[in-house]
Amino acid sequence: MENLTRKMLVVAKGLSRYYSDHCAVDNIDVHLHKGEVLGLLGPNGAGKSTSMQMITGSLAPSAGEIHINGIDLLDEPRKAKQQIGYLPESPPVYRDLTVMEYLHYCARLRNVPASQRQESVGRVCERCGLQDVGRRLIGNLSKGYRQRVGIAQAILHNPAVVILDEPTVGLDPIQIHEIRHLIRELGQEHGIILSTHILPEVQAVCDRVQILNHGRTVFNDSLQEVKSLEQVFFDLIFREFEMGQTEEASA
Amino acid sequence: MNAVWAIATTELRRLFVSPLAWSILAVVQFILAWVFLLGLNEYVTQIQPQTAGLDDPPGISDLVVSALYLWAGIIMLAVMPLMTMRLFAEERMNQTLPLLTVSPLSSTQIVLGKYLGILLFVLLMVGLLSLMPASLSLGTGLDWGKLAAAALGLFLLLASFAAAGMFLSSLTRQPVIAAVTTFGLLLFLVVLYISGNSQGNGSEVFVYLSHFGHFLSFVEGMFDSSDLAYYLLFITGFVVLTIRKLDSDRLQG
Repeated sequence: MENLTRKMLVVAKGLSRYYSDHCAVDNIDVHLHKGEVLGLLGPNGAGKSTSMQMITGSLAPSAGEIHINGIDLLDEPRKAKQQIGYLPESPPVYRDLTVMEYLHYCARLRNVPASQRQESVGRVCERCGLQDVGRRLIGNLSKGYRQRVGIAQAILHNPAVVILDEPTVGLDPIQIHEIRHLIRELGQEHGIILSTHILPEVQAVCDRVQILNHGRTVFNDSLQEVKSLEQVFFDLIFREFEMGQTEEASA
Repeated sequence: MNAVWAIATTELRRLFVSPLAWSILAVVQFILAWVFLLGLNEYVTQIQPQTAGLDDPPGISDLVVSALYLWAGIIMLAVMPLMTMRLFAEERMNQTLPLLTVSPLSSTQIVLGKYLGILLFVLLMVGLLSLMPASLSLGTGLDWGKLAAAALGLFLLLASFAAAGMFLSSLTRQPVIAAVTTFGLLLFLVVLYISGNSQGNGSEVFVYLSHFGHFLSFVEGMFDSSDLAYYLLFITGFVVLTIRKLDSDRLQG
C-alpha cells in the first residue's frame, strides 16, 4: 500500500518486442517507484537486455507504451531520455579520452548547463571514487574503474531513473562490494532498475524483484515476502522447463 | 545545436589523440609537397622559357596550382575512406553507440555532429594544402579567384566523400568493411566519369553522375552553381540516408 503513495518513475505497459518472427519480450509490465531498486532477473536470453533497451529508448517496442517520470518516451523521446541514465552491459566509454574529458563530454550531451558542468562532474567523481584517476586515459584503467566511469556517466545529469545492465560482471569481490554499496546509496534518491543473473546480488541490493523467463514475467514481488530467492527462482524456471517438455512430448 | 557542436569537437579531438589523423595529414602533405615541387620546377625550367614570347601565356595558377588540387582529389579517394570508416562502425564495434542513442539527442543531431566533425578535419586539410600555392604569392602574382575556386572545389569533393563514407560506415560494425566499400563507391564514381568520356559510346549522364566531372570545372577555375548544387544534393542525400539508418536501427534492432 505504501507504494501507491510514492511517485511512479517508470510505467511500462504491455511491452512486446519481436525480432522478425522471434518474440524476445512478450507483453511485460514494468513499474518503478521513487527510491526503489528493482532487480530484473532471469536466465540468459530471457529478454532482460531487450526490455532495458526499450525502457531507455534505444530500441522501439513492437507494442506497448512507456512513461518515464510522466513523460511518454515514444512521443517525446528527448525529454524523456533526459530523465534516464543507462549503463549498458559493456560501459560505453571512449578509451582514448581521459576520465575528465569523457565526463565533460557526457555532460554536454546530456544538456548540463556550462555553469554546472564542473560541479556535476566533480560530484559524480566523488560518488564513484574517481578523483584519483581523473587525468588518466580510460583505456589504461582496470575493468572495475571503467565500470565506475560507466556508472558515473549514467548519473551525471541527475536522472530520475538509473538503469544498470549487469553492472558487476567481471569485477573482483572488493569492487563488487563497492559497486553494490554505491547502488544502494543511489537507490535512496533515484529509482534504479538493475539487471543481473546473480541471485545473491539481487538479495543484497534490491527491494523488489521481477523474474523474466522466455520474455514473460513469471514473478514480481517485494523481496521482504521472499524467504529464499533461490528456491523461488529455480521453482519457476524449472516448472516452465518441465511444462515445455511435457508439451513437446504430448505434441 | 550545442550537442551537435559537442559531438563535432569531440570527434575532431578524438581524431587527434590517435596517431591516425597526424599520420594522414603528414603523409598527404608530404606527397602533395613533392607533386607541387615537381610542377613548380617544370614550370620554371621548361614551360616559362618556352611560353615567354606568347601574348597570353598560361600562368603559374593554371599549370601548377590546378595540378596540385587535381592530385589532392585523386589521393583523397584512398585517404577519405580511412577517415570516415570509424564514424559509426567503430562505435558499433566498441559498443559505445548507446552513449549517443540513450542521451537526449535526435538521430539528426548525432549524424550532423559526426559529419561536422569530419568536415572540420577536411577544412584543416584543405587549409594546410592551400598554404603551398599561397606561398607562391611571395614571389609572383597569383590568380586568387582561381585558387579559391580550386580550394572550394576540393572542399566540396572531400565533403561528398565524407558523406558517402559516413553512410557506409553506419551500415556495418567492421571499420575495414566500411573503408573498403567507401573506397569502392568512390572509385566507381571515377570509373563512371571515365566511361562517360570514353570514345564511341560515352554518355553525358555518366559524366554528370560522377563527382569528378564537377570537381574538374572547379579546378579549372570555373565556379558553376550547378556543380555546387550537385555536391549539396549528394551530401544531403547521404546525410539523410545515415539519419534514416540510425532511426531504423532503433525500430528494427
